[in-house]
Order: sequence, then C-alpha cells, then structure tokens
Amino acid sequence: MENLIDKAKKLFGGETMNIDLMPKMNIVVVGHVDHGKSTLVGRLLADTDSLPQGKLDQVKADCQRNAKPFEYAFLLDALKDERAQGITIDTARCFFKSKKRQYIIIDAPGHIEFLKNMVSGAARAEAALLLIDAKEGIRENSKRHGYLLSMLGIKQITVCVNKMDLANYSEEVFNQIEKDYRAFLQQIGVVPEQFIPIAAFHGDNMVSKSDKMPWYKGPSILEMLDQFKKAQPPENQVFRMPVQSIYKFTADGDDRRIIAGKVETGSISVGDEVIFLPSNKRCKIKSIEGFNVPAQQKVSAGHSTGVTLTEELYLQRGDIMCRLSETLPQVSSLLQVKLFWMNKRPLVMGKEYKLKIGTAKVSVYVKKINHVLDASNLNSAQKTQVERHDVAELVLETKTPVAFDLTGDIEATGRFVIVDEYDISGGGIITSMIRDEQADVRDQVVLREQKWDFSIVDRGERAKKYGHHPKFILLTGKVGVDKKTIAKEIEKDLFESGCKTYFLGIGNLLRGLDVDLDKKARHEHVRRMGEVAHIWMDAGLIVVATASNLNDEELRMLQEVVSRDQVMIVNVGKNEFRQGLVDVQLEANAPAAESVKKIRALLTEQKVFAV
Amino acid sequence: MSTKEMNHLDKLEAQSVYILREAYANFKSLVMLWSIGKDSTVLLWLARKAFFSHVPFPLVHIDTNYKIPEMIQYRDRLALEYKLNMVYGQNTEALKNKQTYPDGTIDRLSCCKNLKTDALKNTLAGTWPRWRMDHNLKKYVPDEDKEPYTGVIVGARADEEGSRSKERYFSPRDKYSDWDVGDQPPELWNQFKTDFAPGTHIRIHPLLDWTELDIWEYIERESIPVVPLYFDQGKGERYRSLGCYPCTFPVKSTAKNIKEIIAELKTGKFKNIAERSGRAQDKEDGGLETLRKQGYM
Repeated sequence: MENLIDKAKKLFGGETMNIDLMPKMNIVVVGHVDHGKSTLVGRLLADTDSLPQGKLDQVKADCQRNAKPFEYAFLLDALKDERAQGITIDTARCFFKSKKRQYIIIDAPGHIEFLKNMVSGAARAEAALLLIDAKEGIRENSKRHGYLLSMLGIKQITVCVNKMDLANYSEEVFNQIEKDYRAFLQQIGVVPEQFIPIAAFHGDNMVSKSDKMPWYKGPSILEMLDQFKKAQPPENQVFRMPVQSIYKFTADGDDRRIIAGKVETGSISVGDEVIFLPSNKRCKIKSIEGFNVPAQQKVSAGHSTGVTLTEELYLQRGDIMCRLSETLPQVSSLLQVKLFWMNKRPLVMGKEYKLKIGTAKVSVYVKKINHVLDASNLNSAQKTQVERHDVAELVLETKTPVAFDLTGDIEATGRFVIVDEYDISGGGIITSMIRDEQADVRDQVVLREQKWDFSIVDRGERAKKYGHHPKFILLTGKVGVDKKTIAKEIEKDLFESGCKTYFLGIGNLLRGLDVDLDKKARHEHVRRMGEVAHIWMDAGLIVVATASNLNDEELRMLQEVVSRDQVMIVNVGKNEFRQGLVDVQLEANAPAAESVKKIRALLTEQKVFAV
Repeated sequence: MSTKEMNHLDKLEAQSVYILREAYANFKSLVMLWSIGKDSTVLLWLARKAFFSHVPFPLVHIDTNYKIPEMIQYRDRLALEYKLNMVYGQNTEALKNKQTYPDGTIDRLSCCKNLKTDALKNTLAGTWPRWRMDHNLKKYVPDEDKEPYTGVIVGARADEEGSRSKERYFSPRDKYSDWDVGDQPPELWNQFKTDFAPGTHIRIHPLLDWTELDIWEYIERESIPVVPLYFDQGKGERYRSLGCYPCTFPVKSTAKNIKEIIAELKTGKFKNIAERSGRAQDKEDGGLETLRKQGYM
C-alpha cells in the first residue's frame, strides 16, 4: 500500500513554502439592545469586501420580497428566529481582514435575556467595541456590559457613539455621552482607548473619516481595530499548568506516562523541579512530549503540551503544576471573590454548588455575602441571595482546598465558574485570599516538601517491590467505641497478604515522641501523629492508625500533613463529621471481619494494589 | 527554543487540543465524526496531537453509499495506517427501498434526512447496525457494541454558514438531538459545560474558530494527507467541499496542490465565494439550518 504521507508530500509541491501568516484577533461588539451592534458589524463586512459574493444582493432581495427595509444586521442575524424578531439571540462570529490582520468579530446580543450569550462571546475577545446610541444615550446594558467586560478581563475597550445622524452629527451630544460614560468607567477602574462618533448604517467613520463630523480628529473604526494591541501569551510570568489528564496509552508499546495540560503562563524546561498543588507532590521534568514536532527542551505559555516525570507519581486532574523555584499559587478553602450570576435560580447560602477553576472541580458553598450590586447602575443592595444579572462580592468556602492565584497576579488561574446542578451559572474572579484554619500547617508542609531530601530509591519502584502504594488508614470515632480491634485486624490481614504495614495508636506516642507536650495540646498531638505517618508512608508503608474523638478541623489538618489522596478516613459508630469527609463508615460492634472486608474493598477501588 | 511568538495556527492548534482533552476527560462514551473531508481530517490530526499519536475513541463515518469512491478508499487506508478504531453506519432500509434522491423518488433535503441525519442518529444511538474495522482481517465486521455514543466530536466551523457561527464548543442536544439555539449554555474563558442531566447528548466543536484558509494552511504546515479529489487532476476542476456525488459539484480550478489552493483562497477567485456553494441542499431558504436543528452536523 502506498504510504499516504509520502503521497501527500508530493501534493504539497515539494519544499515547504512560506505563507505570510497574518495575525488574528478576536473582537467583541457589545452594548444595549438596538444600539446598532449588528449593523456595525454588517457594514464593516460590506465595506471591507468581506462578504461572500452575492450575499448582500440576496439579503436585499429577501427584504424587498418581504416588503421590509434593508438592514445590514440581516447579514448577521442569519438564523430564522432572529430575522423574524429583528434581534440578535446568540453570539455570531464573522471573519474579515484589514491590511494588518485577520479579525474574528463576535457580535454579542444586547438584550438582557441573552446576557449569558453576550458573556460567552465577550470572554473569548481580546478587545471590545461598546456601542451607545447617540439619541437614546447611556442605557442599563451600556453600563452592565461595560462592567462585565472589565470582570471578564478585557483590557482594551473603545466606545462607539452610534447613530450620530439621528443627533445631527452634533459634537455636543457626543461630548456629553463621552463625559458621562467616562465617569462611569472610572468608577469601575476602566480606562477606555477611545470614543468614536459613528453612523454605522451610513458608513460614517467606519473605514475612513466622515466629512460629516470634521470636528472629530481620532481614528475610524477600522483604524481603531488595527491599533488594538495583540496580547502575547504571558511567558514572562511564573509557570502555571493546570493538569488536564494523565495519559498512558499502551498501544504500539508506548510506555510514556504523560501529564497533559495547557501552559497558562511562564515556561518549563527538561530537568526543572516541579510541584503539584494543592496535592503537594514534587518531581522533576524528564521530557516534553509532542506529536509531529521536533524534540523540545522547553515549552512556554499558550501551548497545549505534555511532560513525563522522572518518577511515576500518583497524580490527578485538577492540580496545578508549578515550578518549585518560583512563587507558588495560594492554597486555601476560603476565597474572596467578585462574581456575576446568570441563572434564573438565585445563588443562595447553604446550597452545595460546584466550583470549576483551571481543571479542578470541587464542591463549594457561599460562606458570606458581602454585598450585591446592580451592575446597570452600581447601586448596592442588601440582599441575602444573588439574583440573575446581579454582581456580588462574596466569600466562598470549598469542601477541599484549591490552588489559585489572585486575578490581579495571574488571570488564568484566578478566575472560575460556578455550576448549579448541570449549568454554568456564574463566573467570577478571585480578589483576595483568606487564610483558613489549615493555613499554618499548610505553609509548614509546603516548606517541608520543598526541603525534603528524597532517597534515590524511586517511589514507583518501591511500590512495585512492595506490591502496593503507601496509604494512611485512620480510624476514628467516639471514646468507648472499639476501633483498635478493627485496626489491628486490618494490619494483620494486610500483613498476611504480603503488604508492608504497621499499626499506630495515638497513645503509643504520648509517652515517647510527645513526652514534651501538655496532655491538652490536642492539635499538636494530632499533627505529630500525621508527621509520623507521613514518614512511614514515604517509606512505602500502609499505616493503620487510631485516634478517638477527632473533629472536622483535625481531620482536615491530617489531610494537609499527609497528602489528601493518600488518607482514608474511617469512622466507627455515629458519624457527626461534615458530609463527604468520611471515606468509610463502619457500625460499632459489627463483626471485625466484615469491617476489614469493607476497607480492603475500598483500598482495591482506590488502586492501592495496582502497581 | 520554542520561545518564538505563537502564530495564529499555533494558537488555534493549542485551543483545539485543549478542547479535545476536555472532551476526553469528561465524557465516557465519546466518538469523533469523520466525514473524510479536509476539516474532520484536520480534526483527526489534532486528536493525534492531543493524545500523542493515539486516537483513544472510535471514529464514526456515515456512509450514504453515494460518497465519491475515492473517499471510501482513502478512509480505509488511513484507518489501517493509523490503526483507528473505525466504525461506520448506514441507512440500509432507505437504500434497499430506493428512498433516495438519485433513485428519483424523493427530493434532495429528504434524501439528506434519510441517508445522513437518520443514519447518524441511529448509528450514534446504537439502534441500527454498526460496522467496525477488524485490523486483523483488514475489513469491516458487524459491531457487537450497541451502546449509545453520547459525546460526539464534530468538525463544524463557524465561518461555513450562518447557523454554525452561533455554535458553542460544547453544545448540548436533548435526546431527540434537537438544538435549542436561543438557550445555549454560557462558555467562559476555558470553562465549558461538562455537567449534564441523564439523557443529554453533547456535541463538541474544536474547530469553531478555524477558517477554510486556516485549515489549508495547517494541512500544509503539518503535511496532513487529504483526499486527492481536492486537487485538479488535469481536467481543470476540483472539489472544494466533499459530499455525495449526485449533489456535490466540482468547481473550475487548476489548483494542483495545497500551495495553489491557498493562493486561490487568499487572492484568487474564491476569495468571496462561499465554500459550500457546490452543495445543492443548501440552496433552499433555511435549508441547512432546518437540517441542523433535526440533527445534521
């Protein structure tokens, strides 16, 4: 069979040619309904000769047939529903070229009903044109859209005062709108690039200067577009790569274990030391992988890539890969955020939602509503819930800690969405970090991991030899409920099947390691038990420990001291822990053999024996 | 190295790969539709980029029985060469009962519905037979797997025509494959809708932001093999868009290779002519949108 790749090469006409690749830019057009967004885009397409041949005539003929006046917007509002109602329902993309570059113009709907569509369109953009009707003036969505653009992280905003023909091309009208809107933008910290007076339907100040407004000296719309600056991926920032997946495709004898993700900021090279947060695992980059690319030693911001590590660490989607030598992201379960809400069901206290940040997805609750804002007038309201189209400042509490940056430092790892049931319902940015109860222990553990002196025995090799990964099985429950019998039976069962395992009762530490401690220093007793377990786990053991009367906070601390995914929390008897914290629930006085069976089943499910 | 500025093809590639990996991480029953055309072939290539030369899900082709024969030959050669998990489905009933446009019994749009839309729906749902490439026998055998495919990766591009320009990267369809254009989920930054009520189907569109020109530039850059039907073989005509031979017509062109196609698109006579202009079923008012609402890709 003839090799198709060879055949293909023939078709390329020999050597690779140099195509002059034009830069591309995404622009969103926003503003209040009927202020002329689609008209502006339609006119721009027509004036730059970017329409498919015959399209303009076809739409004009359609209009004539249906006895309605022609509008440029019809070129865009291609869907039948929209033509019937004369409004833009969803975001459409159009493509056109200037002499300088290619543009993808995103025409966002201005109707309040379709705010989530506007937001979807705007979130993809690098710059925005915001339209205000000269006759109607500033309306609520002029402001709301402006506010959302700034939250979405769009830095370059040009305001177009449209329909100047209806205001007699008056400089005064234009100046007043500019003055008022500038004042509004200043309140939310936005500095616009430019205000441009236009009459999109007539083409004034669209691709060239209009002679109807000689008093305006600035650029036309097309010139303005070409002046927007192209943002390059932030390569000079610290390295962040949210882990998308871990791949091990074995077909054709492929034995690579690849950590895949998109580099959001910074760069990484072969040999660099990396740390995964919040799981706190450390390793070195062995190789950078790719398909149909030359071998790479380094990969930078913007690229979807994959790396292999010098050791086979147990890793999960959701962690952020960072460079150990650089400033690390924050880790906390408390986040101070600014959020906008798009769901008809309001955001309420006490309900469980999902937070998606980077590639992580965790359960989240609203802990506190600081204040709720009407984005169309910036009025603050004392509300106990966040309703559709509101903007709010909140404190969120996640069920397990997440790694993140403040939006002001790194945008990509500083913004998130909230999922209510099945729907993305809110989007937001993290404005500051709040230290949670585990913050001190976490800081200490980060330092410990940074300074940890690893043996040259590979962790993966050790696991293979022992036939299992390390694990910390912690049994807790009220005083008087028998946990030790079960723990010792587990140890015996594991030992007899060849595992390296050890039983540790917290009482065994009291008169040894903890002899310097006051009996009441519970927190420190528990922390030290965690540190002892951590050392044994580094030695590759399955540690079975017991401690009575632990509370939520102590369990969480242990999850920090020992890596979270390596802890199995077993509660015996009445479960008073927060929902989701306990991995296995056992009945007090149940036959020990039954309890052992349950725990073993979970160990197998968690792939502790899969080496 | 690799610190040079990313050009637009690098960026499109990075984004499409990101989307493919999100799809693979979030959906169990995932397939990629491969129409054998240039777009979905680029999509296949991007999958190999995303998964480091592997393609970890089945490729599904809907064989109308009226595809240009070179397309089927090319499909099977690539399937064997790349060791693809290749599956095809067909509306055998309509073909047997001669309910097709070429049989002269129905119009073009009804034929599309029978041979493409219905075949696609039932092949995805597992309600009609599927055939799977057996790499040992090097031929197709009836597929035992009847499980529905609920996540479908599709090579639709926003610049093709109006209704496609409004698609999301991750677009839910209800169990009847209906598309509610007015009420689509928001997509913010790189967060897509990945949570679904049971019974929802999802279409994933990694190529939304690509243009026809981007596709050809990328094919050139990566040396991706495409069906030779796209090139003039000496008759002064070539296909610009591939489909069923009774309804797809070649365009007048002497572009013999990719370089010449790119030149033609950039400066030549096709600059402002819609790519699907050779596809007869689009001609009626609202033709493609009606088809898409019913589940056409």
